[in-house]
Amino acid sequence: MSALALADGTRRDKYSTSSLGKGTDAEEQSARPRREDDEAALLIRLRAGDEVAFAQLVRARTSRMLMVARRILGNEEDARDAVQEAFLSVFRSIDGFAEGARLSTWLHRIVVNAALMKLRSRRRRPEESIDDLLPQFAEDGHHAQSVSPWKDTAEVALQRHETRALVRKCIDRLPEIYRTVLLLRDIEELDTEEAAQLLRISANAVKIRLHRARQALRTLLDPHFRGQCKM
Amino acid sequence: MTCREFVAFIMDYLAGALSVSERQDFEEHLAECEDCVAYLQNYQTTVALGKAAFPASDEPLPADVPEQLVQAILAARRHQHCT
Repeated sequence: MSALALADGTRRDKYSTSSLGKGTDAEEQSARPRREDDEAALLIRLRAGDEVAFAQLVRARTSRMLMVARRILGNEEDARDAVQEAFLSVFRSIDGFAEGARLSTWLHRIVVNAALMKLRSRRRRPEESIDDLLPQFAEDGHHAQSVSPWKDTAEVALQRHETRALVRKCIDRLPEIYRTVLLLRDIEELDTEEAAQLLRISANAVKIRLHRARQALRTLLDPHFRGQCKM
Repeated sequence: MTCREFVAFIMDYLAGALSVSERQDFEEHLAECEDCVAYLQNYQTTVALGKAAFPASDEPLPADVPEQLVQAILAARRHQHCT
């Protein structure tokens, strides 16, 4: 059941530093110590205030950080602002970067945080109520309406070029506090504690919001995957 | 277990976080309720679709780094450094 495997899947490094593309496992293993040495050398130069090193860091990381910011903010101008703020934060706090931590992981967290701050500063748009998007139950606890299985697995659905755009459009319809948790947990792959810290809510609140976000997303996708398509 | 309770337990079930007795109740309900079988399948597919909706970090980056943004960042850095 590949969908179950994905839902329970191991956490991948969402912010890989590799610019070499995918290689074999053996090639990746042998490349890792060299990347770590490069990273350590870059950090020394950054801490020494080496301007060339800063420029190198910005050129190497801007595109990937922009991709992360775009996912959270959905808006190019806001995403660029967030990336700029993220780098300024990096410059201010480079001395505080913990030895032994991954630079890529740290940068990822910083840009996620910058994007969340940008999100908080934005005027709220009118939203659908999450309650309208959750499954409905009768008084006896049964589903109020029968539930139809979807005919396609995720793998099959993703072979259609319009599927990703549809899913993103539905994610965008989620109320913001639920959309944000879904993005942080399922797309940026932060763990519950990390997401809770960034959002300044409890771990339990993260879990509740994530489950509701997934249920709401299911409701929004249902008409399309049951075959009553209104794309 | 009702369908309402079943749905409430889905995330913990998929994460392997249910107790033995909760898991048993969950799976007993799954064996009896076609609506919940379908709901669980839809939920899992939804999670997988959500995770795949955006380009993965291991896909190739855009060929062009946004130069204007890079320059704005470096200019902001110089300003920050001087103040």
